[in-house]
Amino acid sequence: MRPAQRRWLFLIGATVLAAFFLWGLSGLPGFGNYPGPYGPAILAMVVAQTHATGAVSAVNFDYRGFDTVGEEFILFTAAAGVSVVLRHLRGERDRAAVDEAADRDVPPTSEAVRMVALVLAGPVVLVGWWLASHAQASPSGGFQGGVVLATAFVLLYLAGEFLVFKRVSPVDLLDVVEAVGAAGFVATGLTAVLLGMPYLKDFLPLGQNPGAVSSSGTIALISFFVGLEVAGAFVLIVGELLEQTLLVRQRGT
Amino acid sequence: MAIFPFVVVVWILAVGLYGIVTSTHLVHLIICLIVVQSSTYVLLLGVGYVTGAVAPYFFDVPNHTPAVDPVVQALTLTDVVVEAAVTALLLALAVQAHKRFGTLDPHELASLKG
Repeated sequence: MRPAQRRWLFLIGATVLAAFFLWGLSGLPGFGNYPGPYGPAILAMVVAQTHATGAVSAVNFDYRGFDTVGEEFILFTAAAGVSVVLRHLRGERDRAAVDEAADRDVPPTSEAVRMVALVLAGPVVLVGWWLASHAQASPSGGFQGGVVLATAFVLLYLAGEFLVFKRVSPVDLLDVVEAVGAAGFVATGLTAVLLGMPYLKDFLPLGQNPGAVSSSGTIALISFFVGLEVAGAFVLIVGELLEQTLLVRQRGT
Repeated sequence: MAIFPFVVVVWILAVGLYGIVTSTHLVHLIICLIVVQSSTYVLLLGVGYVTGAVAPYFFDVPNHTPAVDPVVQALTLTDVVVEAAVTALLLALAVQAHKRFGTLDPHELASLKG
């Protein structure tokens, strides 16, 4: 099919889709008039019931905790999938890759990029842990914190320190971190079962002050485990993808 | 104006789909898929919005202040995580496609198989 034909076919389909979409949207309650019932019900009792001032984290790690287990394992499976897809196939090294630009040197990392990346790495780790440990209080949580933590490792790579990046993030260690994160979440839920409560029921003391780091029981614990899992998964994925480019470059020279 | 945010949703969806249909590069195609998925964030957050309400965090505002719906915000977070997972897998597949066929043009990849 030629690109022009393809575009016309798309325009016809898109017009029909847009028409149905707008028709469906016109039946919605209208922007700013959310009718509930779930949101208002949770908002009415969230602070008293969980001692968490962050309603979104309370939904994610408590009310919808079981869904979040699945969500975490989606990421876990994706990291495993990336490793499997990018595994070193037998015979791959036999095909000689041609360096298309043998006369061009790889430009060295600029000093400005190196300095900014290295200066930022420490504070980024701090912000990551702060986010992962304050899910119950402010807009944060394990998912956000984990991604920020993984960013610190990417900054090391940006600074031109691929070998340092590999040394501080060995695959064996990452596998353990990821596994502890994923298993910790599941184990927190099972502990509640062992104590005779429903799966993932908050079994820890809720604390006196809603919004304190020590408040809201298992929400903080689960957020910590999710932070571990997400950071491990992202560093693993980034490392796998970076390793590909390095392999190609080594074979080219 | 009550429908405007939802028109934005349709627009983001449409430009993303247009990009996918006309794409000539797999990485470009994956980014277009991210754009398509971004429309669902706007839709979810738009559905849960309450006029004049605060964010659903009661750290520095009194408890029971009118707030927007926390459930759709939690769903949006799930959405973002799934997108990250999908993107990582697709990029890995694109790397393998390039290694195997030496091209990232979907049209050339299709003709290689035919």
